[in-house]
Amino acid sequence: MSNPTATAEHNEPPTAEDKQLVRPPLVLNQRTMGWISSYISSIVEGKTPTWWYVSMAFTIPLTLLCLALLAYLISTGVGVWGNNHPVGWAWDITNFVFWIGIGHAGTLISAILFLTRQKWRTSINRAAEAMTLFAVVCAGIYPALHVGRVWMAWWLAPVPNANAIWQNFRSPLLWDVFAVSTYFTVSVLFWYTGLIPDLATLRDRCTTKIRKFIYGVLALGWRGGNRQWRHYEMAYLILAGLSTPLVLSVHSVVSFDFATSVVPGWHTTIFPPYFVAGAIFGGFAMVLTIMIPACAIYKPLHDLVTVNHVDKMCKIILLTGSIVGYAYLMELFIAWYSANPYERAAFWYRAFGPYWWAYWSMMFCNVVSPQFFWFKFFRTHLVWVWIIVQFPNMGMWFERFVIIATTLTRDFTPSAWGMFHPTWVDICTFIGTFGLFGTLFLLFIRFLPMICMFEVKAVLPEADPHHGEAHH
Amino acid sequence: MNAVGNTSAPVYGIAAEFQCARDLYHAAQKIRDAGFQKWDVFSPFPIHGMDEAMGMKRSILGKVVFLGGLTGFLTAVTLEFGTSSFLYPLIVAGKPTNLFTVPAFFPIMFELTILLSAFTAVFGMLLMNGLPRLNHQLFNWDRFKLVTEDKFFVAIEAKDPQFSSRSVSDFLESLGGTHITTIHGD
Repeated sequence: MSNPTATAEHNEPPTAEDKQLVRPPLVLNQRTMGWISSYISSIVEGKTPTWWYVSMAFTIPLTLLCLALLAYLISTGVGVWGNNHPVGWAWDITNFVFWIGIGHAGTLISAILFLTRQKWRTSINRAAEAMTLFAVVCAGIYPALHVGRVWMAWWLAPVPNANAIWQNFRSPLLWDVFAVSTYFTVSVLFWYTGLIPDLATLRDRCTTKIRKFIYGVLALGWRGGNRQWRHYEMAYLILAGLSTPLVLSVHSVVSFDFATSVVPGWHTTIFPPYFVAGAIFGGFAMVLTIMIPACAIYKPLHDLVTVNHVDKMCKIILLTGSIVGYAYLMELFIAWYSANPYERAAFWYRAFGPYWWAYWSMMFCNVVSPQFFWFKFFRTHLVWVWIIVQFPNMGMWFERFVIIATTLTRDFTPSAWGMFHPTWVDICTFIGTFGLFGTLFLLFIRFLPMICMFEVKAVLPEADPHHGEAHH
Repeated sequence: MNAVGNTSAPVYGIAAEFQCARDLYHAAQKIRDAGFQKWDVFSPFPIHGMDEAMGMKRSILGKVVFLGGLTGFLTAVTLEFGTSSFLYPLIVAGKPTNLFTVPAFFPIMFELTILLSAFTAVFGMLLMNGLPRLNHQLFNWDRFKLVTEDKFFVAIEAKDPQFSSRSVSDFLESLGGTHITTIHGD
């Protein structure tokens, strides 16, 4: 037994060997299984709180704004955005990469931390996975809509058509279609599989017929027998094993959109790992941005999402932020070392051209701001954590803007140079996607358990079938 | 002994409640040793080592998923080479479409392998678990609802060759089970 409560029940003083084994408990205040079910379900079952309506009053108009502007774009043409020669990819692809990157932290928490047996993930994985899905929904809007004639978007799918034309399967853009749609589908499957036992909890607690019907259907008839659990656990393990290379591949494929081109500043082999690290960095920042206010509203959640959890997430931000910083410096070094005048010019232009403010904002937000997390004080004071993680949120957007817009504004010949200016439609659509993201997340908090109840129960000391028995 | 469900309907089995994972684990070992076949233990979360305590082997889901993944891989190979080499031959970057240019075809092979593996994992798991279903005889017992909260249950089905109501209920009682109940169908 390596947990303190188990030792306490023995009524023996812990030996020196035991003391070394003691780890801080994952759930504080010795909460019981019954409490976990009751409290987390009560968030879903109770009366809708006022703050929820107030928040929805902000997010729903923004969602409608986003949808209205997309309708405007479809009915008028992609020219309502600021994309124009030479910047053919602009805010649309910047926002696509920004949102898809945010999703990656959810999969990292649910899959990679599962495979590496990081038990602390259990209290944050559900919300992080939901965040993944909603971020991918926001991301998917952009590539689908930036094709211009959206009603032709089905040409992306490999189905026979009247012209007998087939896709170019060697194009990174088609890889992207497959990678993002697979990522979304697998994330939905993973998330829903994790929800089944918790939906059964909600079903069994229901008092009204309508709720019982809805949650009963959604729970698929789950009974929690070990003959079910054994296949369930295997399925969960396999999904984690599949999602791990998948999440690494998705942002690698996104980076191939750039890296396989011959554009100076894009044509680099460092892109896949650098994009993946950046995605995890930005995604964890978004997880904290959401979870800290959620736990401030539902205070007892602090027993499940403890300061220890926040501390660990801050360390991951520090690590991935430093990897990103290393990548930035290595890009500069290689630009110089390559002795390629176009490559050197591209990076000189990023740092000292007319978009210098975007470059240095990126540098400050992504490289300097996470360095605060070397200090325990900043990792354990939630207000500070929340303030600091806003910088990676912004910085990762600037990173994509720097990579895309700054690079495209300077072509090889000066006659093809130009600047990018976002239109009001660009700006308002982007703001609108935050409304969409917020609305989906608020609906999730209201109608589904935001913490994975059965997994948290399974990390309690009494979940061990040998709990309270002698050492073996 | 209590009886739930429609008492004139056939008996589904006899169930008992246990208070903690440890008790359930030891009960499972004894039921296994007594030679029962059609029975299950129910818990709010998966219990580590329970497969062994029940005398069950590792789930075969992994092998099924391998076949699903293989299907995905072969689908991608057929789709990519079938179209790019035969239906609509396409020369990209001056390169032909044959096995030597395969690296550029890898990403989609990888994605479809993952996609079909994931579908197989989820739907295979549901199929092996006999899900989805809208109802089950066990749900006739109100106490059983606590299985998704914090209680543990054992159910021995009437289909078991060793089943007889008297001996099974005595046996469950001797294991420390409480609220022993006969469960009828609808």
